[in-house]
Amino acid sequence: MRYSGLKVITEGLFGNKGWKPAWREPSPKAEYDMVIIGGGGHGLSTAYYLARNHGITNVAVLEKGYLGGGNVGRNTTIVRANYFLPGNSEFYSHSLKLWEGLESELNYNVMHSQRGLINLFHSDGQRDAFVRRGNAMINQGDDAILLDREGVREHLPYLDFDNTRFPIYGGLLHPRGGSARHDAVAWGYARGADRRGVDLIQNCEVTGIDIEGGVVKGVQTTRGVIRAKKVGIVVAGRSSQVAAMAGMRLPIESHILQAFVTEGLKPVINHVVSFGMGHFYISQSDKGGLVFGGDLDFYASYAARGNLPMVEHVMEAGMTLMPMIGRAKVLRSWGGIMDMSPDGSPVIDRTHVEGLYLNCGWNYGGFKAVPASGWCMAHLMATGEPHEVARKFRLDRFSTGHLLDEEGTGSQHNLH
Amino acid sequence: MRLTCPLCGERDRREFYYYGAEDYLHRPSEGAPLAEWDNYLHLRDNPAGVTKDLWYHEAGCSQWLLVTRNTVTHESSAVELVAERKA
Ligand SMILES: Cc1cc2nc3c(=O)[nH]c(=O)nc-3n(C[C@H](O)[C@H](O)[C@H](O)COP(=O)(O)OP(=O)(O)OC[C@H]3O[C@@H](n4cnc5c(N)ncnc54)[C@H](O)[C@@H]3O)c2cc1C
Ligand SMILES: [Zn+2]
Repeated sequence: MRYSGLKVITEGLFGNKGWKPAWREPSPKAEYDMVIIGGGGHGLSTAYYLARNHGITNVAVLEKGYLGGGNVGRNTTIVRANYFLPGNSEFYSHSLKLWEGLESELNYNVMHSQRGLINLFHSDGQRDAFVRRGNAMINQGDDAILLDREGVREHLPYLDFDNTRFPIYGGLLHPRGGSARHDAVAWGYARGADRRGVDLIQNCEVTGIDIEGGVVKGVQTTRGVIRAKKVGIVVAGRSSQVAAMAGMRLPIESHILQAFVTEGLKPVINHVVSFGMGHFYISQSDKGGLVFGGDLDFYASYAARGNLPMVEHVMEAGMTLMPMIGRAKVLRSWGGIMDMSPDGSPVIDRTHVEGLYLNCGWNYGGFKAVPASGWCMAHLMATGEPHEVARKFRLDRFSTGHLLDEEGTGSQHNLH
Repeated sequence: MRLTCPLCGERDRREFYYYGAEDYLHRPSEGAPLAEWDNYLHLRDNPAGVTKDLWYHEAGCSQWLLVTRNTVTHESSAVELVAERKA
């Protein structure tokens, strides 16, 4: 069923009786050409682009819970292409271009809103670093505008410009940056993949990976054995457990990242604002809630909830930056399990097992990557070769020293 | 989360700095093959369950601690001083 404005109106006139489920609920077949483990954003977009770009439709996505129940439905939805290092820069640039056409591509309203992202800086040294980053973005073909203090004041008059600990020197504006509706992205890709013939199988946990003579043969699941010629591991925070089923030890440590949302307010924050010195960032959802977050809880954890010290820290940072939000009531807070890599950058690569591919290490920045990650993972699985814009996301880069340490913080999983 | 330091007693999580998995205690010898360094620096078991990791009692006694804890429940079951461990 194609969605359109006309459809909404006619359905409204006739009691909304004509809507159909957005995807089927198939039982798993005994065998597929390709199996994707994990029905998050990256697994669903991989399946979608396998069908769309490569005509491979005998594909199943196996999800242990429900589609979109992982990080793809728990994140704060910032979409941007402001990366600096070659390897990251072209990948996120490609992703942002896919975002810009995503709604018509999927015939689904993912509420992608390019409201502009402003990264604040508070010292001369930080300004220099942001000028450099802005130039890298422009060289990549994306957009960046350096704002001085008065320039920031024009956009964000409500910030505390009298703060003496972190005086606002200016900001880097990325006009094409913004946000999107996280669930809708998962649902849109799910529906798109389903319509092209992909089987989306929920409540199906992969418990083993079958390998014979170094070649992948299929997977063991809670809904039986499923054979496959190729298998992709796309399970974000659970990457270490699933890769261990194939005898691998990954350069990943799982950490908790928390986020918060307030009650709905009238429009007040028009941009996405990030205050790196305070480990704080914020935007306002279309429903009116202020959506904000901070840093990791900083220790390895699989509990999908965080600790109070980080709650306190994030609230303090928010109050430091914009005291006006002090009266807003926080409705909810939650945590997601982040697959942290030692350099803060992801992996999209082959493994030592033939036909087994790995997509992981998205840290806390994998939402914006959903379109390009699926695009590149599908390319890798279909052709056996890495896609041009993802060729540096190699699994062996840690042992060879070709790190992609965007923040320059060193080889430690919790420092990115 | 609270951790019980063998010297200072039960303290708030904020007093401690988390470094990483127990792997950091097994530093390869000079000239060890690259694979060993990769193991030491990057590769992790990353269990969902009981793990051992290193914490520094930064706002307390300044000791390095080896903590046995559960990554799913945040319960810690044992805390040892790294300095008193037999190699
Ligand atoms: C609080 C928070 C804020 C964030 N903010 C941003 C942001 O502003 N911008 C941004 O770009 N990124 C952000 N991120 C990061 C982003 O959400 C993740 O990097 C990204 O969603 C991870 O990829 P995914 O969507 O495929 O993961 P998930 O949605 O977690 O998908 C993985 C799926 O695999 C399934 N799975 C696991 N094990 C198995 C198994 N054995 N068998 C079958 N299925 C299995 C899981 O159930 C899960 O559904 C944030 C994350 C969090 C938690
Ligand atoms: Zn102590």
